Amino acid sequence: MEHARPARAPLGDGARRGERQARVNTGGRRLTMKSGINIVVCVKQVPDTATVRKLRAEDSTIDREDPNSSGVLNELDEYAIEEGLRLKEAHGGEVTILTMGPAKAAETIRKALAMGTDKAVHLMDPALHGSDAVQTSYAMAQTLKKIGFDLVILGSESTDARTGLLAAMLAERLGVPQLSLANKVVVDGSAISIHRVTDYGYDRVESSLPAVVSVVEKTNEPRYPRLKEIMAAKKKPVTTFGIADVEIDPGRIGLAGAYTEVAEFAVAPPRAAGVVVKDEGDGGVKVADFLTSKKFI
Amino acid sequence: MAVSRLLPSQEAEDLLDLVRDFADKELASRVDEHERTETYPEGLFGTLGEIGLLGLPYPEELGGGGQPYEVYLQVLEELAARWAAVAVAVSVHGLACSPVAAYGTPEQVERLLPDMLAGNVVGGYSLSEPQAGSDAAALTCRAEKVSDGYRVTGTKAWVTHGGIADFYALFARTGEGRRGVSCFLAPGHADGLTFGRPEAKMGLHAIPTTTAHWDGVVLEADRLIGAEGQGLEIAYSALDAGRLGIAACATGLAQAALDTAVAYAKERTTFGKRIIDHQGLGFLLADMAAAVGSARAVYLDAARRRDAGRPYSLEASIAKLTATDAAMKVTTDAVQVLGGYGYTRDFPVERYMREAKIMQIFEGTNQIQRLVISRHLAR
Repeated sequence: MEHARPARAPLGDGARRGERQARVNTGGRRLTMKSGINIVVCVKQVPDTATVRKLRAEDSTIDREDPNSSGVLNELDEYAIEEGLRLKEAHGGEVTILTMGPAKAAETIRKALAMGTDKAVHLMDPALHGSDAVQTSYAMAQTLKKIGFDLVILGSESTDARTGLLAAMLAERLGVPQLSLANKVVVDGSAISIHRVTDYGYDRVESSLPAVVSVVEKTNEPRYPRLKEIMAAKKKPVTTFGIADVEIDPGRIGLAGAYTEVAEFAVAPPRAAGVVVKDEGDGGVKVADFLTSKKFI
Repeated sequence: MAVSRLLPSQEAEDLLDLVRDFADKELASRVDEHERTETYPEGLFGTLGEIGLLGLPYPEELGGGGQPYEVYLQVLEELAARWAAVAVAVSVHGLACSPVAAYGTPEQVERLLPDMLAGNVVGGYSLSEPQAGSDAAALTCRAEKVSDGYRVTGTKAWVTHGGIADFYALFARTGEGRRGVSCFLAPGHADGLTFGRPEAKMGLHAIPTTTAHWDGVVLEADRLIGAEGQGLEIAYSALDAGRLGIAACATGLAQAALDTAVAYAKERTTFGKRIIDHQGLGFLLADMAAAVGSARAVYLDAARRRDAGRPYSLEASIAKLTATDAAMKVTTDAVQVLGGYGYTRDFPVERYMREAKIMQIFEGTNQIQRLVISRHLAR
C-alpha cells in the first residue's frame, strides 16, 4: 500500500525541509546534471559478520588493520553501489566511491571499483582513529564538499556500529534533503523520489537534488564484479586525502574528542531459549498474539 | 574457512574472492535441488559468462580473461567445491574453445572465438564414441566431403552438455587411419542432429550427458578447424590441459568433503568428547588433509610448468592420477567420518563420493594416465 505524503513526512526525515530546500536549490546551487548525475556512494569496510568480531582492549575500538581479520565491504553498501550504477546507466554521469578508513580499506575500494564504479576517494588519516558518528559525519561532509556531488547514496547502516545515523548527519551538515530507508529510487531531471519502507508499506518521499539517500537491503540485486572490471579497477583513479586536504579541524575528530565513549563491552550472551506456547485449545491465538507483539503480523 | 592460496597477483586474489562469493551464493544454494531433481540450472552459464569465468585461460586479445593456468585451475577448484557438475562443464567448455583458439584461421578466431570466450555460447566436446573412448583413433563418425562442405554421419557418446550446448568441437573421419580424423566446430542445433536421452548417471546429475546422432548433417566448409587429417593432433594437444582441469575439479571436491568431515567431527561427540579428538578419527582426517594438499600441489606444479612454457605432459598425467585418486579416497573417508548420516542424502558427502568416481574415469582413465607416466619413464 502506498502512502504518498511528501508534504507530511514525519519530523526528522528531512523530506519536508527538502521541499523547502528544493526551491532554494533551484535558484541557488547549480547542479552538474547537464552531463548526467554526479553520484558519490559512501562505503565502509567492516569486519566479516561470519567471523568472531573483537574490539581492541586498549581503546575499545575495532581493530581495522588486523591483517588476520577479513574486512569486507559492508553488505548494505553493495545495494548503495548497485543503485548508483543503475542511476548512472539510466541518466549518465559517474559514480565515485568515498570511504574513510585505514590503508586496509583499499581492499574495499577495489571491490567497489570492480563492481563498475568510476573512481574513488579514500579519506585516510591516523587522526581519524576512534571518531564516532558525529565526528565521522563531519569528516565525510568536509570531503564531500571538496569533491562535489549531486547525489550521495549510503547503505542505511553498517554491520559493525549499526548506528544508522550517518545519512541523517551528512544531510544536515551538507544542508541538503535526506531521503532515508529507500527501497526504490527514481531520479527525474533534478527531482528525486524514493519509497521509504515503513511498517505499513512505504512512504513516497520526494525532494530536489542535491540530496542524500540511504538504501535498505533488497533495494536491488547487487551485481557481481566482473573479471574485466577487476582488471580495469587498478587503472581507475583513487585519490587519497589526509585531513588537511579537505580542511578537517583535527580538534573535531578522533577518539579523544568523541561525543560517545565505549565504557565497557562484553561478548553477547548465547541466545535464550524461545517462548514455548502450550496448546490448551488456544495455541493458535497465543501464537498470533506473539507474532503481533513482534510486529510480524 | 577459505582455502589459503598463494596467488600470483592482486587481481588473482580479487578474482578468487569474487569466485568464492559467487559460488557460495549461486552454486551452493542451488546444487542440492538440481542434483536431486536432475534439472539443468537455467541461466547459470549466462551469469558465469557475464562475470568472465568462461574464457579465463585465453588471451585478452581474443576476448579471454588472460589468466595463467595457475589461477584458472584454482577458480575451477572453488567452483567444484560447491558444484562439481558445473565445474566440469566449465572445464569442458574451455576445452571446446581450444581447437579454434589454437588451430583456427585468423578469420575463424575473430568470427567465432569472442562469443565463445564471453560465454554468449556454451560449448561441448565430441571426441568419444560408443566404441572409441580411450582409443580415440578408433572413431568411426564420418565427415564426407560434399560440394558445399561436409556431410557428417555417425554416433558420438558421452557428450557433456549434449543437446544444450550451442556448439560442439566435433571430431570425425575424413580419411583412413590416424591421419584421417578432422576437427570441426559444429553448431549445437542442425537438421539431422539429434541427441539421446540423458544418461542415467551415478552423479553430475544437473548437466546432461548424452549421445549425439549425426544423420547426414551438412557443415559448411569453413567449419573445418585446422587441416583435414589434423584432428587427432588437435584433440591430443588439448588433452594435457583438460586433464589439469579435471585434477582441479577433483581437488575442489576433495576439499569440500574434508571441510564437511572436519566440521562434523568438531560437533559430534561420543564417549564424552568430540570425535575429532579421538585419535582414530583425527588421523583419518589428517590423512584426508594430506591427500587434498598433495593433490593441489601436483596440479599447481603442472600448471606452473604450462604457464612457463615448459613441457608438462608427464606432470599433467601425474596430477590427474593423484588428484582424482585422492578425491575418491577423501570423499569415501568423509562418508566414514559422518557414519550413518554420511550415507544419507541429508548430507553432501555421499554426493561427493559419487561425483569423485567419474573423475577417475573421464579425460583419460587413470589406467591411461599410468600408461602415459610409465611411457615417460621408459623413454
